[in-house]
Amino acid sequence: MVKKEEVADILAKKQKEISISEFFLKNRHLLGFDNPTRALMMVVKEAVDNALDACGEMKVLPEIKIELKQINENRFIVAVEDNGPGIVKAQIPNIFGKLLYGSKFHSYRQNRGQQGIGISAAVLYSQLTTGKSTKVYSRISSKKPAHYFELQIDTKKNEPLILKDEEVKWEKEHGTRIEIEIEGRYLKGKQSVDEYVKQTAIVNPHANIVYITPEKEKTQYHRVTEELPREPKEIKPHPYGIELGQLIKMLQDTRANTLSGFLQNDFSRIGPQTASEICKNAKLKPNEKPKSLEHKEIEVLFKSLQEAKIMAPPSDCLSPITAELLEKGLRKEIQADFYVTTSRSPSVYRGMPFIVECGIAYGGEVDKESQVRLMRLANRVPLLYQQGACAITEAITETNWKPYGLQQSGSNMPAGPAVILVHIASVWVPFTNEAKEAIAHYDEIIKEIKLTLQECGRKLSIYINKHVKAAEQREKIDLFEKYIPELASSLSILTGDKREQLQQKLQKLLQKELPTLEAEQNGKEG
Amino acid sequence: MAKKDKQKEKLSELGEKIVKDIDKNKNPSITIPIRALTNIEFNEKTKTLELGKKTASRYFFNVAHAKKFLQTVEIASIIKKELIDTGKHEHLRGVFYITKRTIPETNINIVDDQTESDKIIEDLEVITGLSREQLHVSANKMGSLVGNIIIEDSGDTINCAKLGKGGYSIPSITDELSFKKVNAKYVLYMEKAAIFERLSEDKFWQKNNAILVTSQGQTTRGIRRLLQRLAEEENLPIYVLCDGDIYGAYIYSVVKYGSIALAHASERLTIPSVKYVGITMEDVVKYDLKKHLIKLDEKDLARIKQVSQYDWFKDNKAWQKQFKMMKEFNGKVEIQALATKGVSFISEKYLPEKIKNKEFID
Repeated sequence: MVKKEEVADILAKKQKEISISEFFLKNRHLLGFDNPTRALMMVVKEAVDNALDACGEMKVLPEIKIELKQINENRFIVAVEDNGPGIVKAQIPNIFGKLLYGSKFHSYRQNRGQQGIGISAAVLYSQLTTGKSTKVYSRISSKKPAHYFELQIDTKKNEPLILKDEEVKWEKEHGTRIEIEIEGRYLKGKQSVDEYVKQTAIVNPHANIVYITPEKEKTQYHRVTEELPREPKEIKPHPYGIELGQLIKMLQDTRANTLSGFLQNDFSRIGPQTASEICKNAKLKPNEKPKSLEHKEIEVLFKSLQEAKIMAPPSDCLSPITAELLEKGLRKEIQADFYVTTSRSPSVYRGMPFIVECGIAYGGEVDKESQVRLMRLANRVPLLYQQGACAITEAITETNWKPYGLQQSGSNMPAGPAVILVHIASVWVPFTNEAKEAIAHYDEIIKEIKLTLQECGRKLSIYINKHVKAAEQREKIDLFEKYIPELASSLSILTGDKREQLQQKLQKLLQKELPTLEAEQNGKEG
Repeated sequence: MAKKDKQKEKLSELGEKIVKDIDKNKNPSITIPIRALTNIEFNEKTKTLELGKKTASRYFFNVAHAKKFLQTVEIASIIKKELIDTGKHEHLRGVFYITKRTIPETNINIVDDQTESDKIIEDLEVITGLSREQLHVSANKMGSLVGNIIIEDSGDTINCAKLGKGGYSIPSITDELSFKKVNAKYVLYMEKAAIFERLSEDKFWQKNNAILVTSQGQTTRGIRRLLQRLAEEENLPIYVLCDGDIYGAYIYSVVKYGSIALAHASERLTIPSVKYVGITMEDVVKYDLKKHLIKLDEKDLARIKQVSQYDWFKDNKAWQKQFKMMKEFNGKVEIQALATKGVSFISEKYLPEKIKNKEFID
């Protein structure tokens, strides 16, 4: 029999740190790269999110170019170019060649990407499926040269491998261009790159986007406003939204010398008075050194933080699309008869401020026959997968749409000629997993979405009652005009009376019956 | 010619009533007796299902009724012009195709599928008091007959003893057949064509001097009318052989008392003298068929509950006992289960014994 120590020794030889890159290699589905169709969409998504965020940083109106080039049946080059601030030379390899590197992860701020795993994951996926390097062009000003890199990722060390590094001529004054070659599949439909770009254009009405498909079809999405979105501000965490482990880390990292100072400086919405109350309730001295607290004390402090009466976090940190611009965005991309949009006031889940916005486009060229088309978005990024697992879907199916003029059987998606768009903006959008395609089911979030939908629904029902129902009713009554000649000719066969005479009499009778028919129709609908 | 005139007259009456409404400047309407269980009465004296007096009105100027109103008048006119005037017959499917057309300047068809036109034809039967056969509309022929009987059908003389195993194919309308020579003691009707073939191959009809009749599943009107005529005109006893389950019991009751959908035609279709020969729940015990029972499912149980409460079964002790036993066994049995006793057990032993001993349920 082998001794226990020996087994442990053997195991120890096998045990080693797994690099994040290696982890991704084996678990790429967790990040949304599980099939070629979806992978193509994910790469475009990561690149475009970065491009739009970069333009936001620089406060320029975005000019984004997206191009898909097909090399062979299942291989594509994704090229995305922006007019953002560009990236300083030293940072280019880290941003594209190192997983979990970035400026967004540590902040509470409304951003498209949240974890900085995005674009480097695309680079890694490229390397994994094609073995090719990713090409990056970047320039920070007309006074400086453009830099060109060819990069890969050293998966063991999670470090960038630089295969080429040179200065090049580039016509752009500032901006970044990335070219990633990947294995993928290009399809049309609800979960396609086409749809992703279209929805992105709707919720970013300030952006000009040029999109070239693998078939070389070029679509230009024009901006409908010169107004830049309000810049999202970074906020400090709200006490209600943190966890114990996070509190421990914050106490270690703080620059404050006293507990009271720590509470006031490192959290939002805590003033001197609240700070002293929290300390009092936790039976801790306000001038205690934050780093010297023991684990037990921290637990009491955590409890005291959760129990203290603290104002909701500031919401000016959020950057909603606004009802007005959301409507403009819908109008330019969806041909409908009626548009309604709502932007709610901010609300809070677990100490995180968030805003729900909703838009409905009804009638016109929207498909009549099937379920409504749902567009889900988080921080201006379209969510195309995992619709069934998303809190937005739950809120829609749990809303009774019949009073608002849409059809619905049980708790299914409503049906009718409508597009329903729901956007959630938050400093921290809770996703169900790292593929970031479905929003987690927090009661506060679902409640807010429902209220937003109801607000839009009420306006929709007014429109439907006034216009659509009247038209339907007219149509049904018009039918009698078509039925009359048929009835007259059948009757004439049965009785031998003259068809024309019967027809005339029936026409006269219709005029007499019209008010009753209309009343009947209204009664039935009411 | 008199018959044809009566039919024409009835259809014209329907039209004239509507024209009268129009002339009076009234919303034209058609009155139709309701054909549903709520308007079915079981007549204890005649032992038949009859249509009650409840009626519904169908209006032309009514958004919900208009299309059905139009269908009713249109199909009535088609029957008059295309069938009765020309003396031709058309199948239900054919009537559907004649009717199915798009109303000009709309995307609306007068009828979209055959169930609609079938329903209207049934409506026309109750409106005019004419049977579907009298309206020159036929249905699927799905039955066969074999035995010592000579039938005249559209001028052809058919000896049903000389048509092999398959027998004579019963037409959908049997009113106009005439029986030239009948030499049989009884008629055995069975729901299963497979059993008919078994008995036919065993020459059961020859050995027992019987007439065998079958249909596939539901007993069609043509077969019911034929059985009724054999019972009334030839004074033959009619015995029914079905699976030992609730559906078999219902098939029997339709032959005997009539059906809900065709209660308006009961007079021409029901045979109060008919008897049920099997399979009974007692047979299950006697012939040791318990191990061949098929377990009842929820649908079966619900149907037992429903059928046992029908007026025509409610006070029938023999049948209530059957239903009770079905539930106790929690099972049903097919006629074919008898084959486990030997392929020809049914023709050599089971049927001859039961009929000789008059082991029937009434």
